[in-house]
Amino acid sequence: MARIVLTGNLRLYTEGVTELELESGSIRSLLRELRRRYPDIPEDIEDELAISIDGVLHQDDWFAKIEPDSEVHLLPRIAGG
Amino acid sequence: MAAVEKIFNDTITDRETQDKTLKWVGTRAPRPDGVDKVTGRAKFGADTYLPNMLYGKVLRSPHAHARIRSIDMSRALALPGVKAGVTRDDFPDYPAGAVQPAGEMVINYRDMTRNIMAREKALYEGHAVAAVAAVNERVARQALSLIEVDYEVLPHVIDVEEAMKPGAPLVREDLITEGVEPAPEEPSNIAKRVEFGHGDLDLGFSKADVIIERSFKTQPVHQGYIEPHACLASFSEDGQAELWCSTQGHYVARGHCAKLLQMDVSKLRVTCSEIGGGFGGKTVVYLEPLALALSRKACQPVKMVMTRDEVFRASGPTSGASMDVRIGATKDGRITAGEAVLKFQAGAFGGSPVPAAAQCAFAPYDLDNVKTIGFDVLCNRPKVAAYRAPGAPLGEYAVESVVDELAKTLEIDPLEFRLKNAAKEGSDSSYGPKFGPIGCVETLETAQNHDHYLSTLKPGQGRGVASGYWFNIGGQTSATLNLCEDGSVALVVGTPDIGGSRASLTMMAAESLGVELDKVRPLIGDTSALGYNMLTGGSRVTFAGGIAVHGAAEDMIKQLRERAAATWDVPIDDVEWHGGQAVAVNGYKDQEDPMGLLDIAKDMAKSGGPIVGRCSTNAQGAGPSFGCHIVDVDVDKETGKVSVARYTVIQDAGKAVHPSYVEGQYQGGAVQGIGWALNEEYIYDENGKVENAGFLDYRVPVCSDVPMIDTVIVEVPNPTHPYGVRGVGETPLVPPLAAISNAVENALDIRFTELPMSPPRVLAAIESVG
Repeated sequence: MARIVLTGNLRLYTEGVTELELESGSIRSLLRELRRRYPDIPEDIEDELAISIDGVLHQDDWFAKIEPDSEVHLLPRIAGG
Repeated sequence: MAAVEKIFNDTITDRETQDKTLKWVGTRAPRPDGVDKVTGRAKFGADTYLPNMLYGKVLRSPHAHARIRSIDMSRALALPGVKAGVTRDDFPDYPAGAVQPAGEMVINYRDMTRNIMAREKALYEGHAVAAVAAVNERVARQALSLIEVDYEVLPHVIDVEEAMKPGAPLVREDLITEGVEPAPEEPSNIAKRVEFGHGDLDLGFSKADVIIERSFKTQPVHQGYIEPHACLASFSEDGQAELWCSTQGHYVARGHCAKLLQMDVSKLRVTCSEIGGGFGGKTVVYLEPLALALSRKACQPVKMVMTRDEVFRASGPTSGASMDVRIGATKDGRITAGEAVLKFQAGAFGGSPVPAAAQCAFAPYDLDNVKTIGFDVLCNRPKVAAYRAPGAPLGEYAVESVVDELAKTLEIDPLEFRLKNAAKEGSDSSYGPKFGPIGCVETLETAQNHDHYLSTLKPGQGRGVASGYWFNIGGQTSATLNLCEDGSVALVVGTPDIGGSRASLTMMAAESLGVELDKVRPLIGDTSALGYNMLTGGSRVTFAGGIAVHGAAEDMIKQLRERAAATWDVPIDDVEWHGGQAVAVNGYKDQEDPMGLLDIAKDMAKSGGPIVGRCSTNAQGAGPSFGCHIVDVDVDKETGKVSVARYTVIQDAGKAVHPSYVEGQYQGGAVQGIGWALNEEYIYDENGKVENAGFLDYRVPVCSDVPMIDTVIVEVPNPTHPYGVRGVGETPLVPPLAAISNAVENALDIRFTELPMSPPRVLAAIESVG
């Protein structure tokens, strides 16, 4: 199962959980599963996230593949200047 | 790192071989916009004119904080020559939850509509309160003097520490801090708290032989672009509109304006002008929705141009900050723990870059125990806008200053100390993810061996170094390659060219097509020309645009092969594209003469019609970039003036498509950092009014203030990009603040913890130590 790490303020929606293991084939399925487990996560949270899969940064990328041995970090969305 | 390896293997199998075969990428080709720029043909934001055009002007709040009881436009509108006026009543309000993604950012339209035009309160000096359009600027200015605004002046707050105190004047009376549990019951100016890190700080500090803790303070600065905000709007009676403006993202500006004016996005066509600098400050809108609203009322085009004074008082500065940093290390120079608390001014609305600052602050280091906390704090200043690597220069200034002090305390060379702790491929970044291939170590080693670092300082000089980091981003990008009937190619992209992207994108197009560079001509299309494009920012355009252009070239090559195959009556699999030509292979080898672009283009109509290569993508996998700066300074002990004697920027570009432009980005970032470190600051009077809203009193560096900035381009390829590109535009502004501060400390043996290190501040410090 993929290792999922929640950074920033996400712990406020997950009863303090910051790390978990999940079976999820894509970013979209990961986000759906997280919302199913933790209904306090706002519906539009994905708009405020960047997601790193094995060190590669994704933003707004529903169908990016998550392998069973992937390490996934949910980060605040990154905006530059 | 399975994903990285897979992408690497799928795209570039042998980068060294590729580099040897590159014809255009990596060269210093002439810039496509060069002649227009040096002859004055290039059209900037204020250079567009239309018949019957009106001139718009904005009435701005003279108060830092005031309730607006009423606005009476009647006398102004009655003035002959005045054609329209707008106030808060002309823009729809949005509720607090009106948040939606727009380009790289998530925008709160409740706040944006209040920022472009004050509603209940004026929240900073210079906040727009009303606007008029008249037949000329003189009449428009006269009309402003006839607008009657009834203000109730309120207490204000500017400084971030003051704004956080209980009992501080509240910029927004209903603001409850996000990110705190349980949620506070009382409102405050603290919009958000964020926290990042991993490991056990107590354990880490318990292992340290030396712990250094310092507090830092920086003043707010402006991006300092030379071209003021400017636009021309033309609204027609049928509800459609056109907008020409100086912007970093015309698609993003279109979205904002359509939302603020409640119109269909498709009914607004936006054309970006050439841009005289943005640096993040032109990623939002100020005048554009006002000009459109005035034009809609007047049914005439309306032009608006900010004065320099308005740029300083009313457009996006960056945060001033208060920061506390604590770092522990062992005697042999291994950092055991790092902690930072960052408090950033957000301006009148939440959204400072403190989350990014908190993530970047310790990013150059491979740490087991690290924690950063950030606070986003409202105050009575314009809402901050992005500024190259938003937030990172501040957080890394504080951390890199303490790192330098640790190295000195432990009597370890500052570069050697950094190398002992440097992030590398496989390191857990301080904000979470493992790093893929990165060039942090390579930049430090290059610095160690650079002639600058090996040279001897002159008497009285000081030398400083600092590292810097920025993520870089990708995002939605579209490109089109149109084959012309003579075999030349028109490249259309949708990202304003700020730092040379037309050149780099054209070079990648020519490289991917295998054609001569002068056969590809770039054009930046308006918002009707292409699919969506995110803005030019986040160091993303050469990265994401390169992916789009390469994709468009592959699409065109596929069509070219199909045309050749059909012409030769051979299977498509027996036609390959080599060196800009379709070549028959396998069983058809040497049976047909190769067909180049001209051969295929001249018979394009007969073989199936126009050939257009397209790619629309949402580019992912931006490669982060590290840099290391070396700087020597002289300090005049009689005046306190710090002069930069020598400066070297070393940075990982992944692959420098056009090295001259990359060097220009490095040099520009260093120069802006010199200004931030030594002179630039907003100065407020006791009423919260800016006292130095002009380049005479707000001191940006000029040529005589800086030496030639030397540069070294390190190339650790980004495996997710067809040419290995990382972004380069933002990282150069990250190290200078600390590098210069460390150099001044080296010269004077005085650690400055407040920026700017302006002559009065430096002189006072020198005198205080006798």
